[in-house]
Amino acid sequence: MTIQTHETEIVADPDVPLVRITREFDAPPAKVFRAHTDPDLVVQWLGPRGHGMRIDHYDCRSGGSYRYLHTSDGNEFGFHGSFHEVRPAELIVQTFTFEGAPDGVALERIVFEDLGDGRTRLVSTSLVDSFEDRDAFVASGMEHGVREGYERLDELLAG
Amino acid sequence: MAADPLSRVFSALADPTRRDIVARLATGDATVNELAEPYDVTVQAVSKHLKVLEDAGLVSRSRQAQRRPVHLEADVFDLMTKWIERYRRQAEERYRRLDDLLETLPDDIEPTPPETGAPR
Repeated sequence: MTIQTHETEIVADPDVPLVRITREFDAPPAKVFRAHTDPDLVVQWLGPRGHGMRIDHYDCRSGGSYRYLHTSDGNEFGFHGSFHEVRPAELIVQTFTFEGAPDGVALERIVFEDLGDGRTRLVSTSLVDSFEDRDAFVASGMEHGVREGYERLDELLAG
Repeated sequence: MAADPLSRVFSALADPTRRDIVARLATGDATVNELAEPYDVTVQAVSKHLKVLEDAGLVSRSRQAQRRPVHLEADVFDLMTKWIERYRRQAEERYRRLDDLLETLPDDIEPTPPETGAPR
């Protein structure tokens, strides 16, 4: 299923537990890439709205790693991962773990596609272990968690 | 087909004809023949699409009435689209902040900051 209103497009694959986000930017790949690799820039856009973001370290090169924290009402939520492959203005392959669920890991692939005329298409794919994890990913941040969502869905389907 | 509800709904709605059928059912129940009319496909093909939508819990068909009209399960549809739309909006908010940031950067900026350096 695909929903496209403005520009961001989300696809959840029916066969593999992944989510793909596509978005185009009015900026050349080098610039969009820089905003993904420079911690001083990353901190300005990556955090969720209404939360603070603090970078512990962010070493975006092949073999490097990162860790950052989201802060909300005095609570901190840590995230970390490794950069597996980083090719300037082209590609970032990295892992992503929420420290609240340290055994879980997503494999993320971010492709910077040059559209010409100073435009870039960013295709970001997150692959997780199971469909359950993927759905939890998509439902995260909902006022009702995914479990409640499923319960409601069960009720709806039963009714 | 994957077992979880979200995946079923996703794959059901991955097809443009099925998305169109859902959009039309949003305005009211319809029979298979009515649904098949605007498409250049057979009634059997439409029935096949409906079976997928039915398996995903998105539509139901009355067993009693002769016409067996197809009914959109709007609550199921709303719940699923709410999940995905919320997720999409979060990404869009993030990328709008990125839009604003990109505007402030010079076009000829190096792709990597000096501290981390260009790999290889």
